[in-house]
Amino acid sequence: MSAPSPTILNLPDQSTAQLPRRNFINAEHGLLSWLFTSDHKRIAILYLISITFFFFIGGAFAGLIRLELLTPQPDLVSSDTYNKFFTMHGIIMIFLFLVPSVPATLGNFLIPMMIGARDLAFPKINLLSWYLYVIGGTLTLTALVLGGVDTGWTFTAPLSTHYLNTHVITTASAIFVAGFSSILTGLNFIVTIHRMRCPGMTWFRMPLFVWAHYAASILMVLGTPVLAISLVLVLLERLVGIGVFDPTKGGDPLLFQHLFWFYSHPAVYIMILPGMGVISEVVSTFSRKRIFGYTAVAFSSVAIALFGFFVWEHHMFIMGVSNYSALIFSLLTMLVAVPSAIKIFNWCFTLQMGSITFETPMLYAFGFMGLFTIGGLTGVFLGSLGMDIQLTETYFIVAHFHFVMVGGMLMAFLAGVHFWWPKMTGRMYPESLSKLAAVVTFIGFILTFMPQFVLGYLGMPRRYHAYPPEYQVLNVLSTAGATILGIGYLMPMIYLAWSLKYGAIAGNNPWQATGLEWQTQSPPLTENFTEIPIMDHEAYDYDWLEHKTAQEVTHVA
Amino acid sequence: MGISPVLWQFLVKWLNASALFPREASTIAPYMDSLYFFLISITLVGVFLVATLIVTFSIRYRKAVHPVATQVEGSTLLEATWTIIPLGLFLICFVWGALLYFRIYTPPANSSNIYIVGKQWMWKAEHPGGQHEINALHVPIGQPIQLTMISQDVFHSFSIPEFRIKREAIPGRYSTVWFEATTPGQYHLFCTQYCGTNHSQMIGTVTAMTPADYKKWTEQSTSGMSLAQNGERIFASMGCNACHTGNAAARGPNLAGVFGSRLRLSNGSDVLVNEAYLRDAILNPSQHVTSGYTPIMPTYQGQISEDGLIDLVEYLKNLNSNERVQQTLTTSQSDQSAPQASGVVKP
Amino acid sequence: MHSAIANPQVEFPVPGAGEQEHEHVSLPQHRHHFATEEQQREAGSFGMWLFLLTEIMFFGGLFFAYLIFRNWYYDAFVTASNQLSVPLGAVNTAILITSGFFMALAVWAAEVRKQGLLVLFLILTTLLGFAFLGIKADEYHEKYEKHHIPGASFDTSQFINPAAYGLSEKPLAPDAAQKTQLFFFLYFAMTGMHALHMVLGLGILFWLMIRAQRGDFSSGYVAPIENFGLYWHFVDIVWIFLFPLLYLINRHPLAH
Repeated sequence: MSAPSPTILNLPDQSTAQLPRRNFINAEHGLLSWLFTSDHKRIAILYLISITFFFFIGGAFAGLIRLELLTPQPDLVSSDTYNKFFTMHGIIMIFLFLVPSVPATLGNFLIPMMIGARDLAFPKINLLSWYLYVIGGTLTLTALVLGGVDTGWTFTAPLSTHYLNTHVITTASAIFVAGFSSILTGLNFIVTIHRMRCPGMTWFRMPLFVWAHYAASILMVLGTPVLAISLVLVLLERLVGIGVFDPTKGGDPLLFQHLFWFYSHPAVYIMILPGMGVISEVVSTFSRKRIFGYTAVAFSSVAIALFGFFVWEHHMFIMGVSNYSALIFSLLTMLVAVPSAIKIFNWCFTLQMGSITFETPMLYAFGFMGLFTIGGLTGVFLGSLGMDIQLTETYFIVAHFHFVMVGGMLMAFLAGVHFWWPKMTGRMYPESLSKLAAVVTFIGFILTFMPQFVLGYLGMPRRYHAYPPEYQVLNVLSTAGATILGIGYLMPMIYLAWSLKYGAIAGNNPWQATGLEWQTQSPPLTENFTEIPIMDHEAYDYDWLEHKTAQEVTHVA
Repeated sequence: MGISPVLWQFLVKWLNASALFPREASTIAPYMDSLYFFLISITLVGVFLVATLIVTFSIRYRKAVHPVATQVEGSTLLEATWTIIPLGLFLICFVWGALLYFRIYTPPANSSNIYIVGKQWMWKAEHPGGQHEINALHVPIGQPIQLTMISQDVFHSFSIPEFRIKREAIPGRYSTVWFEATTPGQYHLFCTQYCGTNHSQMIGTVTAMTPADYKKWTEQSTSGMSLAQNGERIFASMGCNACHTGNAAARGPNLAGVFGSRLRLSNGSDVLVNEAYLRDAILNPSQHVTSGYTPIMPTYQGQISEDGLIDLVEYLKNLNSNERVQQTLTTSQSDQSAPQASGVVKP
Repeated sequence: MHSAIANPQVEFPVPGAGEQEHEHVSLPQHRHHFATEEQQREAGSFGMWLFLLTEIMFFGGLFFAYLIFRNWYYDAFVTASNQLSVPLGAVNTAILITSGFFMALAVWAAEVRKQGLLVLFLILTTLLGFAFLGIKADEYHEKYEKHHIPGASFDTSQFINPAAYGLSEKPLAPDAAQKTQLFFFLYFAMTGMHALHMVLGLGILFWLMIRAQRGDFSSGYVAPIENFGLYWHFVDIVWIFLFPLLYLINRHPLAH
């Protein structure tokens, strides 16, 4: 027998392999069949295209920001323009990219398949979700084209209500609409997971990807409406000028902070939980092992969602809140950090006794685990009251959230896109190029954001257009890293597009993974399954998979 | 802090020289830095642990040497371990951080007060002796200084990284922070809460000086009128003295010595009269009616700037007797018959 | 807007080997991604409950703001609240409760497949809904005339000197009188948001009436009526909170 290959990739014989004759992509033809689809998989692809579009716009703004910050002087653009750069970067990246990224693309595509259903509970509402997202995105672009908005993504009142005359109303309306896209997606997921599991699919047989999305959906459904009302109040304030947030008229600026952060903190868990779900699937598949501590990971997801609702004031520790309330929220913040730590260790120990291969998704997963650990632990810095005084509102915060969102979430998104690319498209991407991109991204990321931790403690404030000259070296390092990072993100765009036409035919289950989605053709049928499966084994059951594969082999003979 | 001061000095100096670490220029800075180093250590340990696990497991269990995986459900012991140990460490961070927070936001009783008013896009510092600074702050070393801050418009945040202090300047209410500078020198002052166009231009210099130098500076920089003196002028020109004469039969309560006392209000509640109370009472008088008086005081919302309010607050803080009140009453326009007072009226 | 009530547009291709799914398709509205109608009905109902939960969170933000400001400016809020007409508010409450009663009857009529009664009850619910909005419009108009709509034309003189307007209120100091504007802002925001939900509900009611008249709900397919009933009751409940909070602050049983 030849030496075992260092990869588990198992492609069909390329000389005879073909894409399945009938699949969800060729089931109907024409643009309208896509724009009026109710197929969750087509909607997922629509989302994938739109969020990629917005990702690159947001990324362009990031590039401009880092370009300006190469020099201490405000010499590239005017201050107002710079303020618009970071505002648009934040709004687009958070609301139009990160929040929908995994749930609306991978979640939409995979959740019904993973639980053995034919579609989500409400397919037309799913399509409505996408249209609301597009409307929100279009309104944001409209605001951009009309001149942009410079409130910062946090819309802090009274700055946003009384002291700016940029396109706050358009942008706030845009996010209001996009928020409903998120709410409907979450609602759809919750009902689907509760009601549409196939026979035998108990809660604890579901893949952890589904658990993660369930937890994120709870946050989407309960948290996003509060963002909506915060934006409505800002809108009304701008239109009528009452003084709800204006102290000279009896209002309270801190009221806005409470309402806004009540959503925006759970929002970060909405963003990260689906990514953690991806990591569970990837780590399991490429170690050929059931996730260590399945139950712990499942409950940790829900715990993060629950605790996540009770920590919002940690964004306001120095804003004049009572010292005693600060105490409570700091304690709760420490508690919410624990489930994430539990998950990291469970993933690490999944590797033990496994049979590990290092395909691209696994590389991204490793990157996630390392970078999210740093990002998460720096969150503990910020949750510690006294430490927060020095670090808040500086580049330390910027570094912290980019570590968890980009080093964490975006890496997880890329891991997921690569992992399920063969399932969604029927084609494989080029492995060596993708590995290179993963490494480039990792290096670029560290170079971009590590210096920012140092800048933060030194005291460099965030959202600064100009800075004292002694901070320049670190800023230059950061910009250099950003360039490398940009290359790392462009590469997948190119080779993934290339693979659609020239990639190897993937077959049903190129990774030899256990989920139900891998037991069907790639790309899947519109109806997902020829017959609704009956789940008679646990999740991540590699013995079952081996037995099944062996059976197929004997059958064919 | 548990490590030898010599070692500590060396560490901080080395870090500082490499321009990667801010100078320690206040009494609280070493406390902040030690918590920081503790947190960094935990992070390094955590990252190192995770990286080691990933790398060693990846090497030891790579497919080439471990072709068949062994299914393991889990281990309650391990789950408990990596739940309890991180929780324990995070709780230490919580307690340590909380103590530090209370320390920074609880000014000592002997602090001298300086008022800070933030507005788009500058910082105004007002010393009680009447020194006014813009985007600058002169302070003596070795003396606790309390900053009483407010914003005139939007949220700003007053940050002196090398003192390790920062607090929001909020529109509509005072916030305080304190520090004690240890080393003469010049230090960065930043606004760290995004406040519009020139947010990054809202910076300045904090100059810490020896007490002798500071005394010289105060004498050279005074505008001639202390804050309290200016407050007295406003008190008269806005007609406050017409009701708050200090007489028993006056329409408004006596204000001499009221600062720092406990006051019973007409709604039955008891309040401590501090800066915030005084400011609120001037702007929203109907909610701060002293027991025994009627709510006839007009509001001065929109008529007095934050600077003016600070002057009035300083004036009232230092008001011990009503003698000058009654004197100014005779000289200012008033249709209330004033008590006859002899003596020379000083400006 | 719920897929459960929309007409099926795209039929899933009937899978060749999947006979067991089509054992007893009795309703044309059965969506093929559901295994059974029961699953479809339960999913629709669950979805509606979840949606109402999001609405609670949405209104919750306004209620939170209201509670804070009422706590801070109690006197101003009392005086401002006394401007609202309790009789009109009470009538509106009775109207909404009655419309809820008719909606519940409509659900019953759908379940027992009495088409005529169903349409009748839907019509009655709608009429009462319009009555509610009519009274609300009248109240808003009165506020407009008295210059109590927050904004540039807001007039506090009635609060500072109520005697001049023939009211037996306690007069407010000018700075406290300014705070009444906050009350009215919240009044309009909360009742306005509520009215918006009612208008949307009335729109859906028209649609349901048309479909009911066509016979869509007369053969056992009642999910849209049931789910809309949930929505309508929710709108009713929001009002039942709004009424005492806004109209009945500090009202004593013996009226002024």
